[in-house]
Amino acid sequence: MSLSRRLLQILNFAALVAMLIAVYAALVLAPDAINVDPSIRPAQRIIYFHVPSAWSSMLAFFVAFIASILYLITKHIRWDIWARAASELGIAFTVAAIISGSLWAKPAWNTYWTWDPRLTTYTIVLLLYIAYFMLRGAIDEPGRRARMAAVYGIFAFLSVPLTFMSIRWWNTIHPVIVDAPENTNKFGLGPNMMNAFMITNIAFIILFVTLLANRISLGWAEERMDALKERLNF
Amino acid sequence: MKRYLQVVWAVLWKDLRIELRTKDIFTSMAVFAVLALMIFNFAFELRVPDKTMVIPGVLWVTITFSGVLGLGRAFISEKDRGSMAGLLLAPVDRSAIYFGKMLASLIFILVMEVFLLPLMVIFFNANFISLPLLLVLFLGTLGFAAVGTVFSGLAVNTRTREVLLPVLLFPVMLPVLMAGIRATIGFMEGDALADMMKWVNLLIFFDLLYLVVAYMTFDFVVEE
Repeated sequence: MSLSRRLLQILNFAALVAMLIAVYAALVLAPDAINVDPSIRPAQRIIYFHVPSAWSSMLAFFVAFIASILYLITKHIRWDIWARAASELGIAFTVAAIISGSLWAKPAWNTYWTWDPRLTTYTIVLLLYIAYFMLRGAIDEPGRRARMAAVYGIFAFLSVPLTFMSIRWWNTIHPVIVDAPENTNKFGLGPNMMNAFMITNIAFIILFVTLLANRISLGWAEERMDALKERLNF
Repeated sequence: MKRYLQVVWAVLWKDLRIELRTKDIFTSMAVFAVLALMIFNFAFELRVPDKTMVIPGVLWVTITFSGVLGLGRAFISEKDRGSMAGLLLAPVDRSAIYFGKMLASLIFILVMEVFLLPLMVIFFNANFISLPLLLVLFLGTLGFAAVGTVFSGLAVNTRTREVLLPVLLFPVMLPVLMAGIRATIGFMEGDALADMMKWVNLLIFFDLLYLVVAYMTFDFVVEE
């Protein structure tokens, strides 16, 4: 107990430092993107927030997927807590990625929204995991809830690559993809930009691990509270 | 293996017999499908230059929406009659129950499609039916029934039941819907099956993947 609390404190502090460094890397260390129009150069810096958010969300959903499988194998409550915690964080990071992407897309593509494969897939992913939590919310009995959620978590995660593939194929037939500017950003990163990019990515992964650890410890606290309520017939 | 198939057949035949006597599922799916066609007709009447342009979308959306009605019943009727416990007490592999239920849902939706297709030909005054289209329809419906039967089992455990089913099902079904619509457009524009193999393969992959995952996870869905 005290060890895990100490560990959480260390993680929290590490995440704080990492995020401060990330802010420095994104705003100061990274030079202006000279290969894009001067008017959208400030907006281009969203890449240091947007891409790490997207990666963290994928990592989160992957953790949830593995935890769901482990729950069905072991039936240990731990993995249900992990799966729920990771799915919640996945939603948070997905929303962050979608909003930051939209903010960037307005100056860069002159629209908040396009039916680009990545955008569309991300929105479907968001809906999948909202459905996941609706399913959880609609079952009262904890063991059953954990089981049903784990099954849905597995189905949901497996559908993501299929959705992405089908949307990409759909769009290649209709050549309306507007991701060219994004590509130039991605592959045209200069050395210092690349450093900032990697720093922010690592910082976000530390942030993700920290939030996950905190959410899991909160999950255990909820678990204990439920047990206490049970005992007191509350 | 023979015993396994016997169980699958027993569950399937039980569901078919119930349906043949009550006609609950087919009637609601068929009437809903006609209603959907009517609504789509008015929804697109004024804006679309040629009504046949919307056939692929109307076809697949109607099948999805009306199919989800049938899928919802797969386990709810068992639960309401209290026969679910009996089914689960049977000393058989639970995945056999899944395949029986899945095949029953597949047949219900296919029958609804057989009813829907000629109706669409008449309403849209366009003969868009072709052999490759039927293949794609079958593959899409199989994926729909494969995932839908598991999710129907999930939804029956919840407070909201059939209300939740489409919310769970539609985001996962998106690849099937897209493949189906795109292939239907292709066939209507005269593309051969070979040009659409990408989508057909996607459907086959989807069906196999989810049949295997359903086979592996169904035990946990019906476990008490």
